Amino acid sequence: MKYLDEFQNPELARRLLDDIRSTVTRPWALMEVCGGQTHTIIRHGIDQLLPEQVELIHGPGCPVCVTPLEVIDKALEIAARPDVIFCSFGDMLRVPGTDRDLFQVRSRGGDVRVVYSPLDALKIAQQNPHREVVFFGIGFETTAPPNAMTVHQARKLGIPNFSLLVSHVRVPPAIEAIMASPDCRVQAFLAAGHVCSVMGTGEYPELAARFRVPIVVTGFEPLDILEGIRRTVRQLERGEHTMDNAYPRAVRGEGNPAARAMLADVFEVTDRSWRGIGTIPASGWRLSERYREYDAEHRFSVEGITTREPAACRSGEVLQGFIKPHECEAFGTLCTPRSPLGATMVSSEGACAAYYLYRRLGTTPTPQEASPVV
Amino acid sequence: MCLAVPGKVLDIEERDGTRMATVDFGGVVKEVCLEYVPDLRVGEYAIVHVGFALQRLDEESARKTLALFEELGLLQEEFGDPWEAAAEPPRWEEPGAGPAVAAGDGAREAGR
Ligand code: SF4
Repeated sequence: MKYLDEFQNPELARRLLDDIRSTVTRPWALMEVCGGQTHTIIRHGIDQLLPEQVELIHGPGCPVCVTPLEVIDKALEIAARPDVIFCSFGDMLRVPGTDRDLFQVRSRGGDVRVVYSPLDALKIAQQNPHREVVFFGIGFETTAPPNAMTVHQARKLGIPNFSLLVSHVRVPPAIEAIMASPDCRVQAFLAAGHVCSVMGTGEYPELAARFRVPIVVTGFEPLDILEGIRRTVRQLERGEHTMDNAYPRAVRGEGNPAARAMLADVFEVTDRSWRGIGTIPASGWRLSERYREYDAEHRFSVEGITTREPAACRSGEVLQGFIKPHECEAFGTLCTPRSPLGATMVSSEGACAAYYLYRRLGTTPTPQEASPVV
Repeated sequence: MCLAVPGKVLDIEERDGTRMATVDFGGVVKEVCLEYVPDLRVGEYAIVHVGFALQRLDEESARKTLALFEELGLLQEEFGDPWEAAAEPPRWEEPGAGPAVAAGDGAREAGR
């Protein structure tokens, strides 16, 4: 009963699991898009509580993991400049660039600061008018609006020494790329709840219809995830494929209109390369023409970077759901959170880190262990 | 970083032409920008991500999520000292010989 006892409401979890169990008649592969959901799933053993026919494939939804190596290397070069204060969220510190990380740049004298919010970086710029302050703007549709607002504020308040190194990514084009791949096994998606809190659900009905996949907007708590899976499996068993919102307490159809308006003003859609995956058309944002002067790439010439990915790292396959982390040869040997080869082992939302942290080393539990509800 | 944490608005003020609030996340208090949820009032809850309120949340779901995050050590992860975490990832120990079902223990370690 170990797993179920970990749930806040074990009784409700049991009922959801029973419902899934009695609905499922054949094998289904669902992808949870968001790294936060992956951690909840592994941490609570949700994948092992589910009936055998329901497989969860972990998706590319970790912004730290998918930030391309070239952008990391640019960040490292800018951060090492003596005139720069480089501000970042804490989870970027140990993401390996080609030959160093932000942590090492700092220990060699770079002024690297960790902020909780992009507005903190703007404050630092205000307080240090004679230094250049650069904020590392990565993340999905949840992080983009805060960063957009910060650039907007920089202009409104006339703070010239602030800029953004932008590498924002968008979820729907990633879903599209995954479904379009000939190797794709995914039959349904649990969409990332907080991305939808901002963007709404408008883009999903068309995707669900075109690829004939159910897309269920799902939250992050264990019960949210079980409910998302339950609704997904129901659709699959009935041969339906629509968008369904299983996280209505935080997601409204139109999302957050104020945030979307700010995004449309400050950013414009662009092709983005995803680390380990490659370029996905229209899958990212960059600063729009009106705000181009706040783009750190324009302000600092960081051209001609040659990147080198570690050959052993299979994070691209992990991120697309082709392999599970422990199927990588380097997992737990050459590659650990202490000396990570790939970002998926560094990030607190990375799938490799989740498997390592929760001891998923490839051992298959016995059925009794795996299904305490039987 | 992906984590969006529910918090309770303690007070609101206009600063540099921007609506800002002091928000309580289960004991940790932070400055939060309210520009994206402008009609949020003192005493209400919202989902907050990197210093920005993104959606209003009802009190009951907010409390439940906060309690869960607290238990799982996620609040510490979000608001703790990142340099310390980066220098010595404290929760990432060498993998034990324990079976995969030790997930629950892992969750507890993660909190401490
Ligand atoms: S275990 Fe390490 S080397 Fe293997 S895919 Fe994950 S991050 Fe890359």
